[in-house]
Amino acid sequence: MSRDESKLLYAESHEWVDLAQEDGKAVGTIGLSGFALEQLNDLVYMELPELGRELSVGEEFGEVESVKAVSPLYSPVSGKVIAVHEDLPERLEELNDDPYDFGWIVKVEVSEANSVESLLDHAAYQKQCAEAG
Amino acid sequence: MTTELAKTPLDAWHRANGGKMVPFAGYEMPVQYESIVSEHQACRNVAALFDVSHTGRLRFDGDGTEHFLDHILTRKVADLPVGGVRYGLICNQGGGILDDVLVSHVETPSQRRFHLMVVNASNREKILQWLTPILDDFPTVTMSDRTELTAMIAVQGPAAMDACKRLFSFDPTRLKYYRAVITDQFSKPVIVSRTGYTGEDGLELIVRAEEANRIWENLLLAGRHDGFIAAGLGARDTLRLEAGMPLYGHELNESIDPLSAGLGFACTLQERVFLGSEALLKIAGAGPSTVRVGLIPEGKRSAREGCPVLDNEGRKIGEVTSGGPSPTLGYPIAMAYVDKANAGDNELKIDIRGKIVDAKQVSLPFYKRPKS
Repeated sequence: MSRDESKLLYAESHEWVDLAQEDGKAVGTIGLSGFALEQLNDLVYMELPELGRELSVGEEFGEVESVKAVSPLYSPVSGKVIAVHEDLPERLEELNDDPYDFGWIVKVEVSEANSVESLLDHAAYQKQCAEAG
Repeated sequence: MTTELAKTPLDAWHRANGGKMVPFAGYEMPVQYESIVSEHQACRNVAALFDVSHTGRLRFDGDGTEHFLDHILTRKVADLPVGGVRYGLICNQGGGILDDVLVSHVETPSQRRFHLMVVNASNREKILQWLTPILDDFPTVTMSDRTELTAMIAVQGPAAMDACKRLFSFDPTRLKYYRAVITDQFSKPVIVSRTGYTGEDGLELIVRAEEANRIWENLLLAGRHDGFIAAGLGARDTLRLEAGMPLYGHELNESIDPLSAGLGFACTLQERVFLGSEALLKIAGAGPSTVRVGLIPEGKRSAREGCPVLDNEGRKIGEVTSGGPSPTLGYPIAMAYVDKANAGDNELKIDIRGKIVDAKQVSLPFYKRPKS
């Protein structure tokens, strides 16, 4: 299975989310876009949230650190963390090569009240990235 | 406010070679090409080239130049021989640091002597404005800003000197540390100094702007078999941090004095009067209230600029000024100011973005190159 980046939704803060139904539940798989990873470069550390943590839209759930800077990770959706990609912090060097499949960070059971209207589609996100240079 | 950013004479080369350009001190500068870590490691293991043309270069000519410089600098330079380079600070009357600078005393092939002051890019305008009225009292001294007429290239690393020896028509290894000379290379004058900002051996070259590309490409070619690469400002920052060197705007600013910044070695206070000397004598008498230290936080998260430093009772006793992962050491390092009373305190903690971690205090620098 390979995730199609053009079908994902994106936050302005560069997280992507793949919304799907799993066992009758709405699940959002969250990662960081290839554009963001390229900008960060030289990743050295990633901090992940605990399983079961309740996140709201825009809440900081972890951080990714490069040589140059620390960037918070913001949740693009609301809901409970149901899976965490525990291997990822030890394999950050592989993240840049495969941000959309290997690079998933957490899965969130999206709460019903959640709205994804403020998220960008791929075209709008690409436009934002182009403007950012 | 949007002002046009300046470009260095090597701008086109950076862009053609993958340089990621960012605004810095009024210039567009390469922060990195491929990766900060690989550029950092190239400098530590072989050698790297840095375009530091954004750095300010001010030339002083005329009788009494040494007296003028002695008046504005914390370091005595009146006795600086031809060929000498000295690090010093320019302070305001209160002893606050306006800039940290390198002064070279050089002689042209036609035996004209002058002093050259290298100032921080971010402070160039401020220093020009600071010095201009002072020069009214030194009518025989002229100051000319050579920054835009020249380029400055640093070549740093264990293999730097050998490659330069092969390339140049003189032997730069004869130049001792903190010495400078003007020499003709490719029929054009170049100011060569054995100085740097990486903790490695190497040279800094000041060349005419129109010669910059030729010298740059020849240096890369001369070190090609060794693995020379160009490095950006990102690696320059991680290299100087490992080497424990302060950076203006981070460790240094107008609200800190050189003694509190651990730069007492660059202050000649005895029997001298200079701008800020009265304030510095007072501080020296009472003893500076802070010390600049190295900290190693536990774990993998880096303490960054602004992170509070706490004592073991949780009181804030200092602040991190620079920090990040050390590519050479493989763990995070940080420079910080802490209260004098906490110098040597080995139970310090750092508040790293909301989490309190233990930090080990170490003496600077974090990295020292092996003796060759």
